[in-house]
Amino acid sequence: MEKILQVKDLELSFHTFGGEVKAIRGVNFDLYKGETLAIVGESGSGKSVTTKSIMRLLPEATSEFKNGEILFGGRDLTKLSDKEMQKIRGKDISMIFQDPMTSLNPTMPIGRQITEPILKHQKISKDEAKKVAIDLLRLVGMPKPELRMKQYPHQFSGGQRQRIVIAIALACNPQILIADEPTTALDVTIQAQILELMKDLQKKIDTSIIFITHDLGVVANVADRVAVMYGGKIVEIGTVDEIFYNPQHPYTWGLLSSMPSMDAEDAKLYAIPGTPPDLLDPPKGDAFALRSEYAMKIDMEQPPPFFKVSDTHMAATWLLHPEAPAVEPPEMVIERMKKFPGSRYYEGSAN
Amino acid sequence: MAEKLVEIKNLKQHFNVGKANEVKAVDGISFDIYKGETLGLVGESGCGKSTTGRSIIRLYDATDGQVLYEGESVHGKKNKKDLKKFNRKMQMIFQDPYASLNQRMKVMDIIAEGIDIHGLAKDANDRKKMVYDLLETVGLNKEHANRYPHEFSGGQRQRLGIARALAVDPDFIIADEPISALDVSIQAQVVNLLKELQEEKGLTYLFIAHDLSMVKYISDRIGVMYFGKLVELAPADELYENPMHPYTQSLLSAIPLPDPNYERNRTRKAYDPAVHNYVDGEDVKMREVSPNHFVDCSEKEFAEIQEHLAAKK
Ligand SMILES: Nc1ncnc2c1ncn2[C@@H]1O[C@H](COP(=O)(O)OP(=O)(O)O)[C@@H](O)[C@H]1O
Ligand SMILES: Nc1ncnc2c1ncn2[C@@H]1O[C@H](COP(=O)(O)OP(=O)(O)O)[C@@H](O)[C@H]1O
Ligand SMILES: [Mg+2]
Ligand SMILES: [Mg+2]
Repeated sequence: MEKILQVKDLELSFHTFGGEVKAIRGVNFDLYKGETLAIVGESGSGKSVTTKSIMRLLPEATSEFKNGEILFGGRDLTKLSDKEMQKIRGKDISMIFQDPMTSLNPTMPIGRQITEPILKHQKISKDEAKKVAIDLLRLVGMPKPELRMKQYPHQFSGGQRQRIVIAIALACNPQILIADEPTTALDVTIQAQILELMKDLQKKIDTSIIFITHDLGVVANVADRVAVMYGGKIVEIGTVDEIFYNPQHPYTWGLLSSMPSMDAEDAKLYAIPGTPPDLLDPPKGDAFALRSEYAMKIDMEQPPPFFKVSDTHMAATWLLHPEAPAVEPPEMVIERMKKFPGSRYYEGSAN
Repeated sequence: MAEKLVEIKNLKQHFNVGKANEVKAVDGISFDIYKGETLGLVGESGCGKSTTGRSIIRLYDATDGQVLYEGESVHGKKNKKDLKKFNRKMQMIFQDPYASLNQRMKVMDIIAEGIDIHGLAKDANDRKKMVYDLLETVGLNKEHANRYPHEFSGGQRQRLGIARALAVDPDFIIADEPISALDVSIQAQVVNLLKELQEEKGLTYLFIAHDLSMVKYISDRIGVMYFGKLVELAPADELYENPMHPYTQSLLSAIPLPDPNYERNRTRKAYDPAVHNYVDGEDVKMREVSPNHFVDCSEKEFAEIQEHLAAKK
């Protein structure tokens, strides 16, 4: 598969009054053509900062790339000038956010908001751009697009606004679409429509999508692969089936166990104890160790490297070291593992 | 049968009555809440969940209908003493813990607000002790009493909101999307806390939510609202296993579950109110289709549901 984006050893800090916030502490991942990679993790784990650094949307004055590179089309995005970046943003890489109003101008008709990036990045006439915009609105399922071109954002519902933002993001057929919690504020029925829309469009234009969410149901629905972030690092990455049915990192275990399953009866929900690590002074070893009942002595001393679980699956936990004692994952996780042919708890067919 | 704590009878809450922008936010709903249970209330945003909660707790004067608390009407003329009594028995927890806490007040005074209003503390020391105990009950500690809300994380703030509600020793708590703004693992903490408190203190909850998997987990029964009306009410498991109103079916079919295999096969069902094809004046109301399972339907639909349920057996 073709790699469209490579993030290598990325480290990024914010300089604040309190000191240096080490928000991204060595992140590595590839994005393949046409896939959806979901990034999950609790708030503050670095999901938004990772993607904003790809888009170079972080405040210049306070943020600093400490290490690593972001390779796209043979270039390192961390090194590009603002001007070069502007040619990429909105054309090759687009981003949509949780609140569509952060991307929409309340005082401009939506038609113009869609044609603007088209006119900026493509050599076509105003009339042609208008046609493209109407087609896009139709594509994202807006009824009567010709009439709605003249309307302002406040004349649309939340779900419709998110559709408009998607239309704008797709205006130049980007190679990468980054969606940061795009459905978190929407009702389930509207969310379902937006997710269907995104998958549909992805098939049509073969965009690669990075999808940030903390809703594991949404992840199971949209993702081909999943990266789990904790304390500024990816702690586990694999195909969606590997992460849901054969998770290896204790943090992933905790995350999966804190969701009630639709059939599990009144068992108490698992709640990960403790608080996220202080990124002003991150722990020396495994950042999750202090909250993990599976922590070993070495977790307090050395950060775990990535251990390979399969060709597509890696996890950064000392539990995977050949000399580590075998431990039992939580009950709810074992239930999941029973469905996965590669796992040690596998019980017959998955369906 | 369990004892009724709250009875909602044909409750209506209309806004901007007589104006062009009149909204029938709640338009004639009836249900009971039993002592010690958790009743979940779900539905799309704008369907009237919050308004229902707010009308029950009398933040609004009802346009029509009645709310009975232990058999006594909550709305209508009340003397100060009676009002205070209701205020103490019913408390509310909100979605946005930050907005609902006065940011310039210290935690001590925020939590003690209700204690002061109702004169529940004997003296300053007693007041302090009550606040410390409450903080402990919700998993915080007494050091937190001297801090301000902005020094807390989202999950901790929701704990403060819960501590404040508990301060007056209520019997009934309306929780309006108390976990919607929180991370998954923090949601689990808050839900566990609410459940523990319920067991310990025998609390009754009206739990408003749009996250349907959490609501199933926490609720004994669930009501589904659609445009100001209750369309289905059933025990939680029953609702998920045998949803009968097409809107409920649509809502349930839209929830993504943390299970990729299930997601690959899930098909979504859209709801079009036109499917009912009601004729003018048709008697559409809540009918009991099986024990404790109520569906808003016509006589004809009722017969169809009965047939369907019989065939399933
Ligand atoms: N502009 C900024 N200045 C200082 N710290 C920041 C800034 N933006 C984000 N951070 C910090 O970086 C960390 C990662 O944040 P973020 O990527 O937004 O988390 P999330 O996973 O919730 O999207 C957090 O500790 C956050 O407080
Ligand atoms: N104070 C108010 N004045 C006018 N309209 C209101 C008011 N509060 C709510 N509404 C309207 O009533 C309907 C129901 O709102 P709400 O009860 O908040 O729904 P939910 O909590 O289910 O999202 C919506 O159309 C909303 O705009
Ligand atoms: Mg974020
Ligand atoms: Mg509401």
